[in-house]
Amino acid sequence: MATKVLAGVTVEVNEEGFLVNPADWTKEIAAELAKEEGIAELTEAHWKVIDFSRQSAGTTGAAPTLRGITSGSGVSTKELFSLFPKGPAKKVAKIAGLGKPEGCV
Amino acid sequence: MEEKQRKMVFICSKGTLDMAYPALIMGWAALGNGIDVTLFFTFWGMDLINKHRVDRLELAPVANTSMKMSMMGVKTGNLGIPNILGVLPGMTAFASKIMRDTIADLDVPPVGEFMQMLVDAGAHMYGCKMSVDMMGLTKDDFIPGVEDIVTASEFIDMTEDAQIIFI
Repeated sequence: MATKVLAGVTVEVNEEGFLVNPADWTKEIAAELAKEEGIAELTEAHWKVIDFSRQSAGTTGAAPTLRGITSGSGVSTKELFSLFPKGPAKKVAKIAGLGKPEGCV
Repeated sequence: MEEKQRKMVFICSKGTLDMAYPALIMGWAALGNGIDVTLFFTFWGMDLINKHRVDRLELAPVANTSMKMSMMGVKTGNLGIPNILGVLPGMTAFASKIMRDTIADLDVPPVGEFMQMLVDAGAHMYGCKMSVDMMGLTKDDFIPGVEDIVTASEFIDMTEDAQIIFI
C-alpha cells in the first residue's frame, strides 16, 4: 500500500488517493485533500457536508451516497454539486477520509 | 495536458415504471462522478418529462415473465403471475404500487423527484420533436428542466463525442 505525506503526516492511501484508515483523518488533511480536488478553501458549508459524512460513516461503516447526504444533512442537491463541483460522490468521500460510497443513489 | 471531459447521453424511449429508472440511476451516478450528462426523451419516454404523467408511471404484470408472484409477497418461488390474472382490473395498479413501495424502501426517490435531482445536479434534458408533434404536446406540458425540443438531426450534432446509451 502506498503512503503519502499530507499536512505533515505520513498516511496510507489507495491507488486513487483515498485514505486507507479513516482514523488517520484530520481537518488539516481534509484541507489538503480538498486542494488536490480543486477546492481552494473549505467553507462552513463544505464542513457541514464533511462532518455529516463522517458521522454517517461512523454509524453505518460506509461513506453516505449523495442522496444520503442531501436527505440527511439538509444540504440541497444544487448546493452539494456547487460546493464539490465535477463529481461530488468521490470528492466528498475522499476529503472526508472515507472510502467510496456504497450504494447507487 | 487537460483531460478530456467525458460525456454520456441517455436516450429514454420507455415510459414504464421499471424502464424509467435505469437512465435515472446511471445518469445520477455519472453526475456524481463528474461526467457531463444529457437525457433525451423520445416516444414513450416522453412520459418521464410530461408533468401530468411523470408521477403516474405504471408497470403491467401481463406478459412480464420476470415478474414472479414472490415479488407480490406470495411465497411461490419462481412461479410467474398467470397472464389470466394480470388482465384483471386493478392488477396493473397493484403491481405498480408494489414496485413503487419496493423502490421507496431502498430510499430511491420517485421518478418525478429523481428527475428534479438530475436537473439540480446539472443534467441537460431535451424532448424529441417528432414525439412532441405526434402526441400533441407543448413545452408547457413538460416538467421544469427540459431545455428544448430538438430534431433528430440536432440531437446527432449535439452528441458528438458522447457515449450514447439507448434505453
